[in-house]
Amino acid sequence: MVIEQNVATSGKSLEAEAEATSAPKISASGVSVFYGDKRAIDEVSIDIHTEHVTSFIGPSGCGKSTFLRTLNRMNDTIPSARVEGTIELDGEDIYHSGMDVVQLRARVGMVFQKPNPFPKSIYENIAYGPRIHGLAQGKNELDQIVERSLLRAGLWEEVKDRLEDSGTALSGGQQQRLCIARAIAVDPEVILMDEPCSALDPIATAKIEELIDELRGRYAIVIVTHSMQQAARVSQRTAFFHLGNLVEYGHTSDIFTNPREQRTQDYITGRYG
Amino acid sequence: MSSAIPLLLAIGLGLAGWLVARSRAWKFKREAADGRLASLPNYHAWYAGLWIGVPVLLWGIIWNAISGNLILQHVLSNPAAQGIPAFGMRRDSILNEARNVASGLADRALAPEAQALVEPFREATMLYNGIGIAVALVLALIGAAWAFMRLKPQFGARTRVEKGVLTVLFVASLVAILTTFGIFLTLIFETYRFFEMVSPIDFLFGTHWAPDPMASGAPDGSRYGAIPLFWGTIFIGAIIAMIVAIPVGLMSAIYLTQYAPARLRSWIKPALEILAGVPTVVYGYFAALTIAPAIRDIAMSVGISNASSESALAAGLVMGVMIIPFVSSMADDSIAAVPQAMRDGSLAMGATTNETIRRVLIPAALPGIVAGIMLAVSRAIGETMIVVMAAGYAANLSGNPLEAMTTVTVQIVAMLTGEASLDHPATLSAFALGFVLFIITLILNVIALRVVKRFREAYE
Ligand SMILES: Nc1ncnc2c1ncn2[C@@H]1O[C@H](COP(=O)(O)OP(=O)(O)OP(=O)(O)O)[C@@H](O)[C@H]1O
Ligand SMILES: [Mg+2]
Repeated sequence: MVIEQNVATSGKSLEAEAEATSAPKISASGVSVFYGDKRAIDEVSIDIHTEHVTSFIGPSGCGKSTFLRTLNRMNDTIPSARVEGTIELDGEDIYHSGMDVVQLRARVGMVFQKPNPFPKSIYENIAYGPRIHGLAQGKNELDQIVERSLLRAGLWEEVKDRLEDSGTALSGGQQQRLCIARAIAVDPEVILMDEPCSALDPIATAKIEELIDELRGRYAIVIVTHSMQQAARVSQRTAFFHLGNLVEYGHTSDIFTNPREQRTQDYITGRYG
Repeated sequence: MSSAIPLLLAIGLGLAGWLVARSRAWKFKREAADGRLASLPNYHAWYAGLWIGVPVLLWGIIWNAISGNLILQHVLSNPAAQGIPAFGMRRDSILNEARNVASGLADRALAPEAQALVEPFREATMLYNGIGIAVALVLALIGAAWAFMRLKPQFGARTRVEKGVLTVLFVASLVAILTTFGIFLTLIFETYRFFEMVSPIDFLFGTHWAPDPMASGAPDGSRYGAIPLFWGTIFIGAIIAMIVAIPVGLMSAIYLTQYAPARLRSWIKPALEILAGVPTVVYGYFAALTIAPAIRDIAMSVGISNASSESALAAGLVMGVMIIPFVSSMADDSIAAVPQAMRDGSLAMGATTNETIRRVLIPAALPGIVAGIMLAVSRAIGETMIVVMAAGYAANLSGNPLEAMTTVTVQIVAMLTGEASLDHPATLSAFALGFVLFIITLILNVIALRVVKRFREAYE
């Protein structure tokens, strides 16, 4: 398979540019995704660092969600989807045949575009992950995990007296924070968020952004967003996708003030997309 | 009056009104300054059509119900009717014969009394048909007048038709309820007559069932103990059959919705539903000719010497297979209806497919699953053919599935088709059995609703 030249070079120059800190948390190289015969992602290479927020931007249909879902192998649930290339998490190939997908998804959590709390109580929503992964010995420890997760997600004060109420009875913004709390309850290393604020009003959005900023200290966070302002506000790195290609990836400030590619320039100035 | 006439009248007159109103509305539309009406011409048409057709139809239904009696009264007041017996079978057959000849169903009456009544019958029928049609026409006229007086360019026919449709839908939903109510009333009445002869205590708590259709005089209450029947019903229909149907049905639903490739699913699902369409008699053959002997042979070979060729187990097993589609297709639909987002959410937490099914999908799909099971239980409890053929008629209070047993429905059939006359307690016991069965299914449904309310995890 021929690696497209511009992608490969942009990937390399980026590596050179990255500060010589820790090794990348996730390292994807030459990743292509197909739905049947249709190619949705074309030879994408990217490094994602811990304690950073990385945002994926790009016009609708360019493959942001598709690529995000390769990072925790959620694409496995779509029968027609096929992934090529390698993605390493801490140096370990996650598409390796011996990889335990269940463990992988516990390490790489995901928050969806539309809040999808389980139709269970708030408590049970958070306890779900720790229960299936056996993270808590006894009720006390589980209670602690639930409280800690809700605290970190900034939801504790609002729901601490109604933990037995159904998670679906919360407001949209609260539901989304519940989903974030649910994801961090299993202590992941990476959190993937696919347009987590697109169903929320500006106040709820501000809360989630604040939360993302706080969570950054512990996790690698990847967020897909259609809002340029949001990408600029919350992320340190920005990747611009177009038609299945990774066009440009770099420090958020560089991408927004000084893009190297014309297509990036056009997109962030609103000329298309 | 033949029942087709009011229907044809209603449709014909309604259609005429529909067409006239429509052309009126089009005329309004052409004449209107801006070429617009408050409602589309079709709504004007429906408004008029309904106002004409519906009253005629209702009148037709009422008239159909009462005109037979009115004609009869008229005929009986004729001097030629003086000679016939005051009551009994002979009187009925004379009147029937006369009526049949008058309406052309028979050529000639055999009984001379009947022959004499043919002409009066014919006259009365003509008279009352005339009255019926006249009233229908008057009603149609009134309806038309009412409707056409109100048709104007600014008339809101649209909302009126909406209300009319609403009423029709409401009536349709009442039909099922009223029927249930009617069945209930019939049962209550006959059951009451039965309990006048046999004490409810004997019936509900007695353990010996051996009604004697030949006995006359006061019935022996101790022979009407229905416990063995209820036990047989529960044991075969709700225990053995469910032990087969619930796990198999649920598991096949889970496999089909969560694991099966689309191609396989498109084969298996219809095949499963064909199972539901097989006549129960056919299942009965299968149970009686294949399963029951096989069970007996197996029982013999493990040293149970008194195993009979009729057994509750055979009936229950086959019944369980029969109702698998009820359980599985309802479960399948309700699991498939759980939003994909729930499933994705669980998988993204690192749950396996199996954990996702057990902890998220089934709780969310519970109402549909329980509804399917309830349907299956009701079906199993009401099933007769398989039991007759595989488990027999012997009322037997036993926990041994290898013994012959019988159920409520089998005995209902046996009692109703037996030798005894309609007012004999043995016959009436059928109604009491039906009544109790009705109550049991009702209670089961209420319990199921409660369970669902309590444990359901509503995703919307
Ligand atoms: N399940 C699927 N089966 C087939 N094709 C798919 C599937 N999901 C996505 N695609 C295709 O893959 C391409 C990328 O889709 P994707 O959802 O990743 O876009 P996106 O960048 O997330 O868009 P948006 O911003 O609108 O969410 C699209 O052309 C889409 O039609
Ligand atoms: Mg998307």
